[in-house]
Amino acid sequence: MIERLIRNPFGIAFVALGALILLSATISFVPETRQGVIVQFGQPVRIINAYKAGVPFGSTGAGIMVRLPFVEQVQWLDKRVQSIDMDEQEVLSTDQLRLQVDGYARYRIVDPLKMYKTARTEERLTEALRPLLGSSLRNELGKQTFAALLSPERGAVMNNIKTGLNRAANQYGAEIIDVRIMRADLPKGTPLESAFDRMRSARKQEADTKRAEAWKNAQIIRANADAEASKTYAASFGKDPSFYDFYRAMQSYKRTFGTDGSKPEGSTNIILSPGNDYLREFRGRP
Amino acid sequence: MKEKSGWIARAGALFIENGGPWGGSGGGGDSGGSGKGPRNPWSQPPGGGKPRGPRGASAMDELSKRMKDRFGGNVGGEGGNNPWPLIRIGALVIGAAWIFLTSFHSVGPQERAVVTQFGAYSRTLNSGVGFTLPWPIETVTKLNVAEIQVINIPEGNTTTENFVLTGDQNIINLDYSVRWSIADPELYLFQIRDPDVTIREVAESAMRASISRATLIGAIGAQRGQIEADVEKLMRSILGSYRSGVRIEGVAIKRADPPAAVNEAFKDVTAAQQEAQSAVNQANTYAQQVTQRALGEAGAFDKVYEQYRLSPVVTRRRMYYETMEEVLAKVDKTIVEAPGVTPYLPLQEMRKRAPAAPTEAAQ
Repeated sequence: MIERLIRNPFGIAFVALGALILLSATISFVPETRQGVIVQFGQPVRIINAYKAGVPFGSTGAGIMVRLPFVEQVQWLDKRVQSIDMDEQEVLSTDQLRLQVDGYARYRIVDPLKMYKTARTEERLTEALRPLLGSSLRNELGKQTFAALLSPERGAVMNNIKTGLNRAANQYGAEIIDVRIMRADLPKGTPLESAFDRMRSARKQEADTKRAEAWKNAQIIRANADAEASKTYAASFGKDPSFYDFYRAMQSYKRTFGTDGSKPEGSTNIILSPGNDYLREFRGRP
Repeated sequence: MKEKSGWIARAGALFIENGGPWGGSGGGGDSGGSGKGPRNPWSQPPGGGKPRGPRGASAMDELSKRMKDRFGGNVGGEGGNNPWPLIRIGALVIGAAWIFLTSFHSVGPQERAVVTQFGAYSRTLNSGVGFTLPWPIETVTKLNVAEIQVINIPEGNTTTENFVLTGDQNIINLDYSVRWSIADPELYLFQIRDPDVTIREVAESAMRASISRATLIGAIGAQRGQIEADVEKLMRSILGSYRSGVRIEGVAIKRADPPAAVNEAFKDVTAAQQEAQSAVNQANTYAQQVTQRALGEAGAFDKVYEQYRLSPVVTRRRMYYETMEEVLAKVDKTIVEAPGVTPYLPLQEMRKRAPAAPTEAAQ
């Protein structure tokens, strides 16, 4: 019988195929990125390549794994750091301002057995943790004022959230590595528009202040110059006021009668009486 | 759907054909045996598998009958046309090629090759030619560690505005990029599930944290460099705490502008600045004019006064006559001699002439 099977090439193929199936059901390669829970009839029996902190790659449980074919099944779980992305949350600060917050948490499955017992798959784990992340973000941030939400003090708040979430995650055999706010925006619509309005009015204030300051500065500069000029005039003309009066009058005549090259408006007629000082000699000396 | 089933069939055929080292040689034996003389087992069309596949059982029967004819007790034909050595050679060649292709790895100067043995990390090959055990035993993943990769945030088109809140509760429109490279190939491969997504999310978180420490004016202007440095530092520390094996090469803010909705107001500030400058300039011009003029007039007076002081009476008379001469030479003069005569002023005449004068002046 066996002889006939071996003789027949189909027999050989059949045996080889069977061996291959058996082999693949017995031996698996465990990559560094995964850990597995071996399940026997629905009962987890052992864990392969479980995460241990600080173990260098190459010394982990990764490599060849042997199991009882068909009896022991492997439930693979990721060993790497993974993320829980949450949906955007609207957070109301204590001073009644709204903020649209988006964040993430990074976690790692550190206890595959616990994780398998409580959540079984990674999808269900994230499904369980996502609402927790959202609600704890909302709760913790809701205790802050709007200004504090934006300020660097956020670090303490994030630590609170991380601690709270970690407590929940530990029940699922996971460890929260980090929780961070990715975005914190004003919601579209009225809050955003009013922020824009505020920015606009602040700019307008700045622009108007600048203009007013410039006007003030210009006035001062002009006044200073006038004062300076006045001082110069006084210093010079004060030496002989009566001569200044005469000198200035002469200049003024020249100007008003258009003899200094300028063209004064209106024509001029002069009616002189012989008593005029200018005509003193005109009358002839007695 | 059709395409897909075709794929499956082809894949199946390929499996049977290439299954050489995997005990599929029985199948190879079929084809070789039924064939006409020496044939390259590689160029063999997937005879057993693909075209005859649908006919299934009958084709198989026929084949097995022929097999029986050949092997079933008929020893006579064996001497002349035995296919087995050929099959062995073929298997050997395939095996050798297999080993050659999956054990020699040329690693480029900018690459590192991470070797895993049955999935477990074994070693990392530097550039050059590396040797490993053939494929299913050892697997090689090559990573380019020199290439600097760039993540742009926001992704793709920059027409949509990426609003970020500053510390003084203002909003800016921010555009930036993060340059990174792989520092540690093992960590990069085994530590983080989605390194690219992780870097993006960390960048966004770090950037917003830094901007929330800056003021609006700082963020769009002077503090940019400071923010870039902060984000780099923060990203390094976060990614380091994840042990991501990623090196942050740099963060560059490409655009940090006020949002388009308030841009007009910002431009107005710039305009006000210009106006202020020009107002001050004008005032300074006026100041120069006034002071220089004062200096000029005072200087002129001083000169004249110096001379006047030497002989006041003569100078005074001279100046008087000169001025009157100039003034009176140009104007119409009327001298009324007798004190008893009532002067007749030809006002009509003067009025007639009056309009002419301004036009003259205008010209």
